[in-house]
Amino acid sequence: MDLNYTPEQEAFRAEVRQFLDENLPDDIRERVQKRLRPDKAMTERWQKILFDKGWGASTWPKEFGGTGWDPIQQIIFEEECALAGAPRQLDFGLRMVAPVIMTFGSDEQKQRFLPGILSGEDWWCQGYSEPGAGSDLASLRTSAKREGDHYIVNGQKTWTTLGQHADWIFCLVRTSTEGKPQQGISFLLIDMNTSGIEVRPIIMLDGEHEINEVYFDNVQVPAENLIGEENQGWTYAKFLLGHERTGLANVGQWKALMKRLKTVAREEQDGQRPLIENTRFRDRLAQLDAELRALELTVLRVLTDKRGPGPQASILKIRGTEIGQQLFEMLMEATGQDAIAHIPEALELDYSGPRVGSVDATPAAGDYFNMRKLSIFGGSNEIQRNIIAQLVLGL
Amino acid sequence: MNFDLTEEQQMLNDSLRRFVTNEYSFEKREAIISSGAGIDRATWANFASMGLLGFTFPEDYDGLGGNAIDTMVVMENFGRGLVVEPYLATVVLAGGLIRDAGNDAQKADVLPGIASGERLLALAHSEPGARYNLSQVQTTARKDGDHFMISGQKTAVLHGGQADQLIVSARTSGGIADESGLSLFLVDAKAKGVRVDDFATHDGHRTAEISLSNVAVSADNLIGTIDEAFPVIEKAMDLGIAALCAEAVGAMEAMNATTLEYIKTRKQFGVPIGKFQVLQHRMADMFIQTEQAKTMAILAASEADSGDRACRREAISMAKTLVGQAARYVGQEGVQLHGGMGVTDEMFAAHLFKRLTLINLLFGDADHHLAQVSDNLLAASA
Repeated sequence: MDLNYTPEQEAFRAEVRQFLDENLPDDIRERVQKRLRPDKAMTERWQKILFDKGWGASTWPKEFGGTGWDPIQQIIFEEECALAGAPRQLDFGLRMVAPVIMTFGSDEQKQRFLPGILSGEDWWCQGYSEPGAGSDLASLRTSAKREGDHYIVNGQKTWTTLGQHADWIFCLVRTSTEGKPQQGISFLLIDMNTSGIEVRPIIMLDGEHEINEVYFDNVQVPAENLIGEENQGWTYAKFLLGHERTGLANVGQWKALMKRLKTVAREEQDGQRPLIENTRFRDRLAQLDAELRALELTVLRVLTDKRGPGPQASILKIRGTEIGQQLFEMLMEATGQDAIAHIPEALELDYSGPRVGSVDATPAAGDYFNMRKLSIFGGSNEIQRNIIAQLVLGL
Repeated sequence: MNFDLTEEQQMLNDSLRRFVTNEYSFEKREAIISSGAGIDRATWANFASMGLLGFTFPEDYDGLGGNAIDTMVVMENFGRGLVVEPYLATVVLAGGLIRDAGNDAQKADVLPGIASGERLLALAHSEPGARYNLSQVQTTARKDGDHFMISGQKTAVLHGGQADQLIVSARTSGGIADESGLSLFLVDAKAKGVRVDDFATHDGHRTAEISLSNVAVSADNLIGTIDEAFPVIEKAMDLGIAALCAEAVGAMEAMNATTLEYIKTRKQFGVPIGKFQVLQHRMADMFIQTEQAKTMAILAASEADSGDRACRREAISMAKTLVGQAARYVGQEGVQLHGGMGVTDEMFAAHLFKRLTLINLLFGDADHHLAQVSDNLLAASA
């Protein structure tokens, strides 16, 4: 047992850090560190820079163009990226659909879809949830009927994050109503430019357009876009959720935010003293700092476990999202009443107009509101507790 | 970076697990506790023959040259079985202190005796009113020729009543709470002027209140450098905290196991109560808290031997904070999920709860250690 990084791992960290120093554009860094509005072009630019370096997919094996890094290297990479102010890469392609294609897809599908994900040319979104199928995902009703060499898809998906930018959507669709609900589900890749697809924005409580409804009206999808076997989609979906969950711990980003929060606590004034001298605030900061340390080490412990993460990944989702939410809440509280002003135009990089309080106050409350999603999406934290109860504890 | 036990540690873990399961039954433990002796000598001799009592001592002193990770493995298992023998007091605290700060003669005198199981020691440091402030010591040691004369009052001396020798902290200079001016002495528990009041604790261990009245101690029983004992005491307490964190994790895992068993078998409304989602989620939270505590116990053990004081202290305080909070949570919830049975003396869960509660109170509770982490944050920002 040794909690120190090896000299090789430290050297790897230095290499990543140097690359980021030299290649992360200043405007992207500024946008991320000031927590400004995310931007499609920014995400694509950054993915391209990583791709050109050969680091487009830190979690993929080499045979598909990934880095082939081990879990510790992946964590070091993510952490350094977050601390440097790099934007988060798009999970939907890289961490969600790609492992499914690699594991269950045909050779043709791998050749067709993985390169676009790696280079960032193809923007993917997720078609899981429906208005009537949230936590009870298996009750989904969007149907796909086989007609010749096509499926005809009808129905509606919702909560589709960044679907407004997407070229492709991976969907769970119902191909059979026989047997248990889980048994009639298939996993289908759909081109968002197909006629019959309509994307309508859902405005979130922070006033931002991040999520969407996606409507399917007699959408023709080539049968070759089916992953694996018909009616086996539930297996692939669960596999994907396991991959999603380990990513949701998000330790690198939370460490970067914790660093920022400590700076804000030193800079914000509480009467004649810096806020950090306020014991009540600082004790809560210390508590959160300890919890983040525990999360960081628990992630490492789970990911280096030779038995593999398994249902324990649910712990990481729960704790990761709880800690993330508390970080955003404390960032808001740190800026105090300066956080009350809603100035959406100030979330753009070129904004030079008046604002209330520091630059940290501008996104503080909006981010706090927005981040309530963390404990809800990716399988709500209550669903994660069900998973622990059933799969870990055998209840 | 790896979290794996070595092959030897894995074997140690397996054999301790077997020992706790097969040879340290609930009834046997009850008998040891009600004897009032605070220790079962046969069990202790067994520990000695397994090498446990000198595990972290150098090989020159009949030890095995182990480290705090080995101690963690031992304590986790002791936590699982609620072992009441004075391992923490004698081996971890006193043995660790002599190992780290004693001179050759003292190590040769004390460590083989601990390792063989023949000698018990206790650390007499805490004083009334000091609460968790390690530097507050009013017991005095006055130089008198080639002796020191020690007078004062010590409280919460774990297994002090069973000890053959006491390690006593005393002020040789400075003000009441100064870090400098503290010294440590090896004192015979039967020396003239030592009065020991031995008490049971709620969790089956023993504690003593000890008063020293002009106790004469020869100068060669001074441990380490005069006036400079504070870092030694702090380090020994950190080893103790790391060990307590591991013990708590073992007790929490046992609490989860026994609670899980209970809610799978106890039926109400025609079904096992574990079928109720409200209980499932609470059980899941107990599991999450325990896993987080386990991580922090590993961190504490990894840093406990470290000479980098700032790193060690931060890790130890973060660990004791989260482990203390988890111990409270898992303890209370374990009792609650047992319903009425949870508040009876016959249930293992009740005894686990009591030990978990007292672990939080020992060597600084969660509030105390959170304040340490918090003050470090302030210091780091200055």
